[in-house]
Amino acid sequence: MPHVVIDGKTFEAEPNKTIIEVAFENGLDIPHFCWHPELSVSGNCRMCLVEVGMPKRMPDGSFEKDNDGKNLIGFMPKLQIACATGISDGMHVRTKSEVVVNAQESVMEFILINHPLDCPICDEAGQCKLQEYSFIHANGESRFDDVKNHKDKRVSWGPNVLFDGERCITCSRCIRFTNEVAKQPVLTFVQRGDKVTIKTFEGTELDSPYSMNVIDICPVGALTSKDFRFKSRVWDMSFNDSICPGCSRGCNIKIGVRNNEILRLEPKANPFVNKFWMCDYGRLTQFQNTNVNRISEPRITFEGNQKSSTWQEALSVANQKISAINSKQIMILGSPFATNEDNFILSLFAKKVLKTENLDFFRYEDNLFCDDKLRTIDRTPNSAGAFAVGVSPGSHHVNIDNLVTKIKTGEITALYTIDDSLDRFPELVSVLDELELFVIHAQNESVVTQKANIVFPASTFAEVEGTFTNFENRVQHFMPAVITAENLRFMGMKMSRLDKFGADNDRWTQHDLRRSRQHWRILQQLANMMNAGWSFTSSEEIFNTIVEHNDQFKSMSYELLDEFQGLKCMKASNPEAKKRIYQSHYMKPN
Amino acid sequence: MNKVANTEAQRMNFWERLYIPEIARGLGLTFIEMFKPRVTRQYPEVRWEPQGSYRGRPVLVNEDDGERCVACGLCSRVCPALAIEVQASETDRIKERYPVKFEINMLRCIFCGFCEEVCPEEAIVMSKEYDIVFQTTDEAILGKENLLKPVSELQDRLEFLRQWK
Repeated sequence: MPHVVIDGKTFEAEPNKTIIEVAFENGLDIPHFCWHPELSVSGNCRMCLVEVGMPKRMPDGSFEKDNDGKNLIGFMPKLQIACATGISDGMHVRTKSEVVVNAQESVMEFILINHPLDCPICDEAGQCKLQEYSFIHANGESRFDDVKNHKDKRVSWGPNVLFDGERCITCSRCIRFTNEVAKQPVLTFVQRGDKVTIKTFEGTELDSPYSMNVIDICPVGALTSKDFRFKSRVWDMSFNDSICPGCSRGCNIKIGVRNNEILRLEPKANPFVNKFWMCDYGRLTQFQNTNVNRISEPRITFEGNQKSSTWQEALSVANQKISAINSKQIMILGSPFATNEDNFILSLFAKKVLKTENLDFFRYEDNLFCDDKLRTIDRTPNSAGAFAVGVSPGSHHVNIDNLVTKIKTGEITALYTIDDSLDRFPELVSVLDELELFVIHAQNESVVTQKANIVFPASTFAEVEGTFTNFENRVQHFMPAVITAENLRFMGMKMSRLDKFGADNDRWTQHDLRRSRQHWRILQQLANMMNAGWSFTSSEEIFNTIVEHNDQFKSMSYELLDEFQGLKCMKASNPEAKKRIYQSHYMKPN
Repeated sequence: MNKVANTEAQRMNFWERLYIPEIARGLGLTFIEMFKPRVTRQYPEVRWEPQGSYRGRPVLVNEDDGERCVACGLCSRVCPALAIEVQASETDRIKERYPVKFEINMLRCIFCGFCEEVCPEEAIVMSKEYDIVFQTTDEAILGKENLLKPVSELQDRLEFLRQWK
């Protein structure tokens, strides 16, 4: 394998790699705008210029030595771009020499000639690659005192993306993304030189289901999200790692929160799951159910009298009513939207406490939703996990296929569910009135919660810690991003500056603290009223119990899940090799 | 027992100890001051007009076509007392961003002037207002309607900033 010397250090590298790739894999960052590990090389920003040279040779083929006996290196007088120069054995690269630094400063000066410097208005400010490099690689001066070029601003490229021609530094990342990843080649450069700008072809628009990824990879603020535009500055938000619950792919995401309200979701790189991307559907919809239409407190409805109650009262009523029902007549429904921990406790609750095996969950599969990129047929994040931790009916017990008939015939008179998306099944909704008792853990108001006898407000995925198992049986750990009364003192949660330093009487801290609880905590309290004697204090304890009792999760722990970005069931002791994760804009707060 | 030596009383000479001439001297001083120019004012009837360099209550500059502020949030970020809260939104003007909400909590404000110093648009400046009185805590949180001031009233400060900032 060829050896390359970069800044005096020798690295072994695979052939057919470029200098910037070798440097990146070995922990060196060569400044760049247009290069992206998942996209083809275009080499048009000229930021990654480096000095490249080979050892000098004598006419007889031997290496020319200096007085100390070292090889003399003949560096090329012109600099090369590291992103498009392939390596060869014995190559020497200098990335920090004076010539290179001068070149970088000149490139920065050129790029900034026509860049409008409207950072105060721009949404990208605070996480902008050009801002970062202006600090690190520019000399802070411009010799250009003419009028800057004016181009089209606020051009709509599609339903979700807005383009600002003046801010664009023509790196072509968006063009390459739409061609190569989104497979919707609608963008192109028009004009030449300093007049160059990017346009959509006539009669087309960028409406691919992955269009909003161009906003993330854009090194400047030329591309902004119509949904998020001007909602908040990035330094006022906290970003916590989570998993998108939109489908069973389990894309890694970051949840951007300000004042306890989710403002945006953005993809987090995970080379084994979603690389750097996520779909627009997940990005724009999956936080809505956390922000709006929430059930705020426990509710009891009997004989048409709906009343809100305290947790204690609702739990004791539930205990009383469930105990009065024969365990053969009760059906327990798990949820593919809930975590492994929640479903595990639910299956324990059914099998150990209620002693019934009428236990199942509704899957949600949609052929129209899936594509060949990230979206999967299964539109729930955790159906594999729910099944794996034991939410499955015993033989000859009631399951989801015969549930409606059994309710009609009166064999099932009570339903306990942690799935609040049952309104997808009109058949089931129509027979809910025939039940004697219907208990639900719900996050949002719906037709179903109106029919329930007891409603417990449940926390959404953004408010809990847990694990999801995706369609490839990869178990991934996520943390809460939004606080509730329950997780107020959750350790390790990232907070924004305002969260840290605001006082109780500041107006920006006047959000409502929701009183919802995680499914397993509700179930544990209820089970303990029925003398189960459980004492789990955290999701981690429950996960460790699952690991102990379930071979599929063997040798996993939250720590390892975080370290290896998720582990596959049955293969946890033999994980994929860790890779250095590329981060395009690394100055983003937390 | 401590013996106190060299006290003020011991150091006084005969005339000083007599006391009467000192009273006369004091009365004389008062009498002379009556004919010198006065330095006190009948506040609030007579008010002091500070210089442009004075850092009073921070205000937003309002031009003929609306506020200068583009809601970049830098004042809010730099404010050491976290007194400022800004919420941006979009307009049709050339500067496409404007503050839909801009609040300064005057109970938190320490008049340091960092907000003015960091402002890229010269949109928030320290005014000459120094008598700031509130009756409730809510009243002390000033919104846009209380903060916006026409640019003509702020010429002194803007001139000072142009020269010294």
